[in-house]
Amino acid sequence: MAEIIQEEKQEGGKKKPKHHGTHIDMTPMVDLMCLLITFFMLTLAFSKPKIMEIVLPEKIKDPKKEHNQPQVAKSRTVNLILGPDDKIYWYPGSADKPETAPPLQVADFSGGPTGIRSMLLERNRALFKKIQQFNDDILTGKIKIPHDSVEVERGRIKREDDTGPIVLIKAYKKANYGNFVDILDEMSIIGIARYTFMDINWVEERMIEEKLGIAPTTPARPTTHR
Amino acid sequence: MPKIKLPTKSPHIDMTPMVDLFSLLLTFFMLTGTFRPQEPVPIDTPNSVSEKPTPDANNFIVVVSKDGKIFINFDNGPDTLLHFRPKVLVDMGKQYNIEFTQDEQRKFEKDNASFGVPIEKMKEFLAAKNADQRAELQANGIPIDSLNNQLAAWILYMRQENPNVNAAIKGDGKTEFPVVKKVLDILQDKNVNRFNLVTNLEAVKVTEEKTQK
Repeated sequence: MAEIIQEEKQEGGKKKPKHHGTHIDMTPMVDLMCLLITFFMLTLAFSKPKIMEIVLPEKIKDPKKEHNQPQVAKSRTVNLILGPDDKIYWYPGSADKPETAPPLQVADFSGGPTGIRSMLLERNRALFKKIQQFNDDILTGKIKIPHDSVEVERGRIKREDDTGPIVLIKAYKKANYGNFVDILDEMSIIGIARYTFMDINWVEERMIEEKLGIAPTTPARPTTHR
Repeated sequence: MPKIKLPTKSPHIDMTPMVDLFSLLLTFFMLTGTFRPQEPVPIDTPNSVSEKPTPDANNFIVVVSKDGKIFINFDNGPDTLLHFRPKVLVDMGKQYNIEFTQDEQRKFEKDNASFGVPIEKMKEFLAAKNADQRAELQANGIPIDSLNNQLAAWILYMRQENPNVNAAIKGDGKTEFPVVKKVLDILQDKNVNRFNLVTNLEAVKVTEEKTQK
């Protein structure tokens, strides 16, 4: 498509009609291309959104089976309650009655010393180290396993662990969805092996409301053990 | 001294390389990108470290907008011959005594944006000529209250037509949690316990030193 400029010099006095170079003006084509490119850049989505998988415990609809729910050790349990204004309220153990409930502590989503991450990492240190060691070994080539079974192996390390905390995530009604995603994300960052999302019970709602200084909005009702 | 006369040339720039470059760019963009359907509401999804991409097909996405409205979207399945969208629509129509014509079914199949219109207004929605009319019909989203839970019905029929469907929730970070909780409850009532949350990728690195401080 190169531009051909023919300069012909004929010897002799013969007069030939002058050849014009076969020359196409490309400017409209460039204009069109510019438009098309702009159009595509604006309408196309380049990065696909990512997904985060979450598995919730099955709802038990049959009241007879309610006693078959897995019991968790109180000593390993940490309850996180998502509250308003991007705050997390947490307490260890369990709360059945408002009188015996452990005090609530406040944390936020930052990575600093006030963040929930430092608290959970402290409790999950053994497992976190194990996972990090495993990741390093993969990178340096100490452990050689196929690429697609890395995730499986990581899952096995998590399953075999019995030192880390069991995190129960609950949400107060004034929490927002972003917090929910953030806390689940935090679980995968810290490498918590066992966590689940469950309904908040009335004792915990009372605890939060007391902490925030608002009047209780939920009536007392018998707690269902999980 | 005589003046040096430069030969007068036409000020002509050769555009050919530019055209070549542009065609390359155009081809690149067309091949790497995927079309983004026009969404009824802007959704600002929260960030996460997850690197898993959204599956290409078998998606059932529940969109929860900032003000708590519900929209849904699902695809035709991995093969265009499967026609899941019109099938689900017909099933929904049977449930609510609405018959959809072939034309309406075809229109619904082609449209790949999420929608938030109650099934009673679906005919009007499919006949709507412009975006304004559509927006008006979608003003309240899909009903999810217990008397008229159309989201549950959509989930039920979607799963009947396509058992491999993956449910995903795409919510705005600022959505109030009770709405999302309600969606989770409806999904769980229909025995969907494993689902995905649509997020943006954001890299976070946690190191041992940082946490020991």
